[in-house]
Amino acid sequence: MDKKKNPLSLQLNVDDFVPATADEKESLVIMRESVGFWKDGLRRFKRNKIAMTAFTVVMIIVVLAFIVPAFYPYAYEEQVKGSERLGIMEYSAKEIQRMEAGESIFPHILGTDQNGRDYTIRVLVGARVSMTVGIVASLLILLIGSVYGAVAGYFGGKVDMVMMRIVDVLYTIPDVLIIILLAQVLKFPLQNLSNVPGFGWITALGPNMVSMFLVFALLYWVGMARIVRGQIMVLKQNEYVTAAKALGASNGRIIKRHLITNCIGTLIVTTTLQIPSSIFTESFLSFLGLGVQAPMPSLGSLASDALNGLQTYPEKLFAPAFMIFVIILSFNLLGDGLRDAFDPKMKK
Amino acid sequence: MAKYIIKRILFGVLTAFVVATLTFFIMNLVPGGPFLSEKAVTPQAQAAMEAKYGLDKPLFVQYLTYMGDILQGDMGMSLKKRGFTVNDIIRNKFPVSARLGGMAVLLSVLIGVPLGSIAAYNRGKVIDNIIIVFSTAGIAIPTFLSSTLMMYFLSVKLKLLPSLGLTTPASYIMPVLALSLYPASYISRLMRSSMLDVIGQDYMRTARAKGVSTFKSIFKHALRNAILPVVTYLGPLLAYLMTGSFIVEKIFTIPGLGHEFVSAIPSRDYPLIMGTTIFLACFIILMNVVVDIAYAFIDPRIKLK
Repeated sequence: MDKKKNPLSLQLNVDDFVPATADEKESLVIMRESVGFWKDGLRRFKRNKIAMTAFTVVMIIVVLAFIVPAFYPYAYEEQVKGSERLGIMEYSAKEIQRMEAGESIFPHILGTDQNGRDYTIRVLVGARVSMTVGIVASLLILLIGSVYGAVAGYFGGKVDMVMMRIVDVLYTIPDVLIIILLAQVLKFPLQNLSNVPGFGWITALGPNMVSMFLVFALLYWVGMARIVRGQIMVLKQNEYVTAAKALGASNGRIIKRHLITNCIGTLIVTTTLQIPSSIFTESFLSFLGLGVQAPMPSLGSLASDALNGLQTYPEKLFAPAFMIFVIILSFNLLGDGLRDAFDPKMKK
Repeated sequence: MAKYIIKRILFGVLTAFVVATLTFFIMNLVPGGPFLSEKAVTPQAQAAMEAKYGLDKPLFVQYLTYMGDILQGDMGMSLKKRGFTVNDIIRNKFPVSARLGGMAVLLSVLIGVPLGSIAAYNRGKVIDNIIIVFSTAGIAIPTFLSSTLMMYFLSVKLKLLPSLGLTTPASYIMPVLALSLYPASYISRLMRSSMLDVIGQDYMRTARAKGVSTFKSIFKHALRNAILPVVTYLGPLLAYLMTGSFIVEKIFTIPGLGHEFVSAIPSRDYPLIMGTTIFLACFIILMNVVVDIAYAFIDPRIKLK
């Protein structure tokens, strides 16, 4: 029956319900996976050759500083009697004798210091100390700064006023003076604390190093807080915050789940760029003899010790100098690369 | 405008007060007194010494006395350098540090601003890349490295320059260069990016279109606008130079205030530590206020709140 369809009929056209052909389906196939925040950033980051090189260098230094010392035949505080003040790749008379007797002795690649300690391992451990201070301090700064900034930015009004005035005062305090004083003062309570059970890790790290973490964290979080506050003030205007509020989410949950997660790019970039500046300050303090405690080496204290023998052993200065230059440079370039990749708005 | 200036000054005074209070209490948290290290001091003698310097009174009373004295410009006596007041030490040593710092500020601006502008005007060319490489490397070298390396090559190896003290004009060269390396690199990076910004502005094209010479367009239009971020950097720069001078004064054995500060800490010379900290902090705070106010005058676009 080929009856023409009544234009007013509500009956549906059967032809519209025929399964789609393969041809028709093709237009709906997702050709590319959707690109998320991380993927997009990573792709941009990988394309940046300078940043990738910096990343590789940082990784190499991490391996050298954190993994190699565990397998190295010498320990950083080990004093080899009779092989004091050796030059590059030199052996002491005793060691040559032992080698002639058929023993194999690992060479002192950068020589030894005046106490017969292998200099290569001291430089590597020094790099470990500097990087640990830099990274741990930056993470503490991230923690304090982002929470403080988020609370100030989210609540606004009087809370924000009071909190940001405190930040303003801290910001104008000349940091290094207070850091030097505080680092000296905190040593003592930390030494006492390290005897309390459960705080034994303080002795393992050295009270000086722990006081340095704390001091950096106490003074440098203000920059982070300002940046996070600015971001949160913008983000809290978004509809999804209103929606979350309407659904009854608590303030803490909104800050944690919605606001902080949305400025993660800024947080990563600021933290990465904080690492070299913390390393800078640490090496400065150690150079003045106010940093980590002997026998633990730091790149700053190694450079400072090397000054006495500058005439005869310049390589004792060059090795830590080169190490610190490479560490700061590569972290700076890595941070710049991350900023370009994850936070294009912040690009200057 | 007047309201803004008063506000900035009040804020500076508040910060100075906070610094003085903090320093006082931090100082007194350190266990052990300044006289402990001296051998063979009888308890009576120690008590007499402490009474003489007012260290036997309750902490809060000490604090009030100290703050009162400071307001009258009296920073007390040095405990270790007998017979010298802290004021004397600051008066004698600060000019040395200030001279070094001032020269370093001048040098870093004189190097940084032209380099940054040249890089911006030759964007993408070889000279731009060279300047970028050098300024990126420059901000990765701490002052203690630049000074020690310079000392090794110029004094120890080549014997061109005197390595210690500040006796001849030539002995200023290395400390000032070492101090300026980081800020000069930083300023040139700052200058390059702000210059690139300005070059892209419409008024630059207008100036060129109406036939202003290149020379005039650079100096009258571009430079004046692009230098503003450098002006704001001058405040932090002073703070940086001060910490740098701690190092430089130690390495080149220059008798400046930084040297006094660093050596006063291990010897627990409380009044000297307090005095130098508060003096340097107030100096930096004052300079920051001056820079902030100057900035508002230089850039009429800034609305003062």
